[in-house]
Amino acid sequence: MDLFDILLSASFWAAAIRIASPLIFATLGELICERAGVLNLGIEGIMVAGAFAGWIAVWAGLPLWGGVAVAMITGMMLGLVHSILSVPFGLSQHVVGIGLTLLATSLTFYTYRVVLPEVSSPPKITAFQPYEIPLLSDLPIVGPALFSQTPLTYAGFILAGLTAVVLYRTPLGLAVRAAGENPSAVAAQGLSVTAIRMGAVIVGSGFMAVGGAFLTLSAFDSFFFDMVNGRGWICIALVVFGAWKPGKAVLGAILFAAFDALQIRLQQTGIGAVVPYQVFLMLPYFLSILALVVMSRRAEIPAALMVPFNKGER
Amino acid sequence: MRLEPIEAPSPARRIVPPALAMAATFLVAAALALIAGGNPFAVFGLILTGAFGSKFALLETLNSATPLIFTGLAIAVAFRAKLWNIGAEAQLYAGAVLTVILGTGALGLPSYLMLPLCALAAMLAGALLLLGPALLKTRLGVDEVVTTLLFNFIFLLFISYLLEGPLKDPMGMGWPKSARLTSEARLPRIVEGLRLHWGFALALTAALLVWVINTRTTLGYEMRAVGQNAEAAGFAGIPVTRVILKTALLSGGLAGLAGFSEVSGLKGALTLDLSPGFGYTGIVVAMLALLHPLGVVVAALFVAAIFVGADSMSRAAGVPSYIADIMLASALLFMVLAILLTKFRVRRD
Amino acid sequence: MSTETEAQVVLRLQGITKRFGPVTANEEVSFDLHRGEVIALLGENGAGKTTLMNILFGQYTADAGEVELFGQPLPPGAPRAALDAGVGMVHQHFTLADNLTVWENIVLGVDHLSTLSLKPRQVKSRIRTLSEQFHLKVDPEAKVGRLTVGERQRVEILKALYRDAKILILDEPTAVLTPQEAKDLFATLEEAIATGLSVIFISHKLHEVMAISHRVLVLRHGKLVAERATHATNREELAALMVGAEVSAPSIESRAPGAPLLSLHQVSTPDQGAAPGLKALDLTLAAGQITGLAGVSGNGQAALSDLLSGLISPTKGELLLAGAPVASWSPRSAIAQGIARIPEDRHKTGTIADFDLTENAILETYASRFSRRGWMDWARARAFTKDLIQTYDVRCPGPDIRIRLLSGGNMQKLILGRVLEEEPQIILANQPVRGLDIGAVNYVHEQLAKARDRGAAVLLISEDLDEIMQLSDVIHVISEGRLSPGFARGSMRPEELGGWMAGNGFDAEAPDAA
Repeated sequence: MDLFDILLSASFWAAAIRIASPLIFATLGELICERAGVLNLGIEGIMVAGAFAGWIAVWAGLPLWGGVAVAMITGMMLGLVHSILSVPFGLSQHVVGIGLTLLATSLTFYTYRVVLPEVSSPPKITAFQPYEIPLLSDLPIVGPALFSQTPLTYAGFILAGLTAVVLYRTPLGLAVRAAGENPSAVAAQGLSVTAIRMGAVIVGSGFMAVGGAFLTLSAFDSFFFDMVNGRGWICIALVVFGAWKPGKAVLGAILFAAFDALQIRLQQTGIGAVVPYQVFLMLPYFLSILALVVMSRRAEIPAALMVPFNKGER
Repeated sequence: MRLEPIEAPSPARRIVPPALAMAATFLVAAALALIAGGNPFAVFGLILTGAFGSKFALLETLNSATPLIFTGLAIAVAFRAKLWNIGAEAQLYAGAVLTVILGTGALGLPSYLMLPLCALAAMLAGALLLLGPALLKTRLGVDEVVTTLLFNFIFLLFISYLLEGPLKDPMGMGWPKSARLTSEARLPRIVEGLRLHWGFALALTAALLVWVINTRTTLGYEMRAVGQNAEAAGFAGIPVTRVILKTALLSGGLAGLAGFSEVSGLKGALTLDLSPGFGYTGIVVAMLALLHPLGVVVAALFVAAIFVGADSMSRAAGVPSYIADIMLASALLFMVLAILLTKFRVRRD
Repeated sequence: MSTETEAQVVLRLQGITKRFGPVTANEEVSFDLHRGEVIALLGENGAGKTTLMNILFGQYTADAGEVELFGQPLPPGAPRAALDAGVGMVHQHFTLADNLTVWENIVLGVDHLSTLSLKPRQVKSRIRTLSEQFHLKVDPEAKVGRLTVGERQRVEILKALYRDAKILILDEPTAVLTPQEAKDLFATLEEAIATGLSVIFISHKLHEVMAISHRVLVLRHGKLVAERATHATNREELAALMVGAEVSAPSIESRAPGAPLLSLHQVSTPDQGAAPGLKALDLTLAAGQITGLAGVSGNGQAALSDLLSGLISPTKGELLLAGAPVASWSPRSAIAQGIARIPEDRHKTGTIADFDLTENAILETYASRFSRRGWMDWARARAFTKDLIQTYDVRCPGPDIRIRLLSGGNMQKLILGRVLEEEPQIILANQPVRGLDIGAVNYVHEQLAKARDRGAAVLLISEDLDEIMQLSDVIHVISEGRLSPGFARGSMRPEELGGWMAGNGFDAEAPDAA
């Protein structure tokens, strides 16, 4: 059977991990924001900006990791804008997020046109190449799938582990989680809810931008206007699906990506000849909605998510 | 830093922050124009003449404002009831599809029946499209922001399928494009010879109707109560779920009308680029209007003017027309902050 | 005990003044706290107790005055300074995160945020030691959301002790406790005082103040108006000092019950998170009677109130109105059946802050009285509101201002007017005077008594036993969703009711364990 062959092939799982990588970065970023109590709907725009910033920096001569750094800083700056509006001023996180996505996207497109006014197709860069981890990459299926990826993918997994350790094992992580659960508990200990939340949004936005940059620096080697294509919104669904836990969110991203890789392959099989290709392309979005619906009943949503904190309300 | 509510804001309090927000928006745009090598004054001048400088330009602006009034109203209605409908884009296309299905020769109706039928069907399509996410919200507590956003992608793919399959124009030479509407299904021009179509008048009427609904009807009162404090509204016996669903129908219907008006009044056929993001821009329009239906008309005209003006400016001055999108996004962010500052004082304490 | 003059001064407040715009929250407040001493800070709502503590904790900076801790001046506006110097506070509204465990809540903010590890094992073992030493039994691994209110308070106290607090501030600590739990708390405090801890005890419950404190400071309108050694004063004097004048509460005579207007027969409702639902509850509200519902907060009052408000329906049992079971049940049908509902939280459930008085006044009746075929009749609504404002003495500039600008008392008067206007037969008053000044309290009580006298059945839910005993013709106690028998006015002493509040006496009657 077709399906079985696909699921057992190493190239399929390698593709799934590759597709999951940008989602892992961005989902972790969103998770950090939401754990601190801020819904960051700027994610889609931040990913677009990160994809462009990383790519243009490398095109201008920076090394690839320099591009990653530029993307991260771009994301953090956009996160700063979000956090100023949404945290101390407590403005609607819906409106601020959508506004930031519009702003980041249009700024990106504008800059693209200013920097590259005359080109009809965007220039290419030399992207991250797969790095086979000695020994591990020789394992069957798992080797090529997990250990023959680009360094940026490995960075994503390391970041996931790091995020989990910081969130659950350090005083800082505890403060972040408490800020998302009951900010007055944080304030009563003399800690600044504002600083913690702003910090989380800024760092989280940096991760989102790196997720965007993965697309231009690792998955592809160029920048297109619609390359993020709703991935940010999907990551928001993945955070819910992962019940706000880094490990589960990463698993969710891989599961989701596997499904995406599967639909691409199914398009080339007998089914693809009968079913219009748009149906396959819709599947990831439907899957996201399904994940939201399934998780809606048992989600352990941070209690103070989207609740602004105004110190010393009398 | 602490925010302290101002009990009775002075007139200056109410005017100065929004004025500063607009000034800041133009400052950002000026800086960006400079970066792109344009003279800011020349750029703004060109935007202004591009939007209002000739009869043609003015009518173009009014035409461009039309779908924005509809989507702006759709968003304003929904946001006022705290229903975060970010799916006006898809609802617009739903309206357009229905218009095309009914208006391309399937029915042999005269114009005076055809047009209302198309409009109603478009409203219904938009309304039903938002009903899904609204039900998921009220029944299961699924956040409607993400679902409506994801529906935009799904529905655009669906349109793409329709335009390459069942609705494909046989004469379209392979382009993903629907057949053209029959003349009975076309909204006529308001004045013969000028490009402005009756969709604009319909949009103004819709704004007026929404305003009447908000201020004079029971539903308007209920929608405002649910939006401001759903808990208190529910306690007082207002059927909160039903009000949210009614709001969704109204909001989706208004967005659907935008699709009808664009296809029937302007384009005559459905393509994948029918809307360059009217659904998203509608959010900016609604927020700039402070969710007031009559304000939506003014805000839509302003936004349309910037788009139309920036388009012609871009051709003349070489500054990318995306400057318009940046201006609107920053206007939105500056304005929500400004509105806050009309009501709250910032205290260092 | 600590009246020796040579006892070390651990905290000194000197001339603290704080203004919010035109409102003076604290004016020239000065006092000392000695080592091992308990002082009670007594005052009505809004007397300035909370502001004073917020200044101590650096949340506000005082306009004038100084705070000295252990002889060192405290830098103003630095939230950590007081904590680091050894002051712990147990807030009235607990500052705990439900989804985190007990030990996580306790250790939050102890180590600097740049510390690399939380060291859970050490933390937990220290918590166990402390909880044994001070008889504060609690499981460090439990999620706070699953604890009872009493246990949560223990976590708060452990939080302070974990930080080696030398001064402990308790803000209305017994408001959420059963009398037995309150006794345990006092025992713990005695023990801590013996080790040298000093305590500031904020309260308006006079008998507790008399029981636990060495010295009483009375705050009124932000000023320190009196200071008494506890053994040299009495409850009557303190009450008079607190409110500033002899206040005559409305005197209420007993009435014989009329016909039953509402009865619950073996009604059960689901639990709501940590709060219990009703457990096979029987209750009858009779005409011309005020039925008082006493109990510690979170024992099913919310479920009963939600049920009578129409927000929830019984999962088992029957709700009878004038003898007939109700068919469909919703807030709107409750209103239609003549139930007047005064909600517990007038800001969140009673009113819509940014609606004007008119829009708030018609919130419950707009559909039946102020709209026709979907159109609102604003002229009539406005006239109606003007009448309410007059009749119920709502002090305000007019019916067109936003209700958020009104004081709590005037807001409550508008709500009273809204629900009493149609002479309802059944009145549900849930904490109707919480947070009101004494004038407004008396006004609300008079209105309830008046309604009773014209034959209405009133259910008064309150955590304030004094209020219940003063007003009610018959008193029930609610504990973990179960209801005690009705006790006639004057037939029970507070201590006996306290026993019921602690859950004693139910077992014989209802062996239902769940």
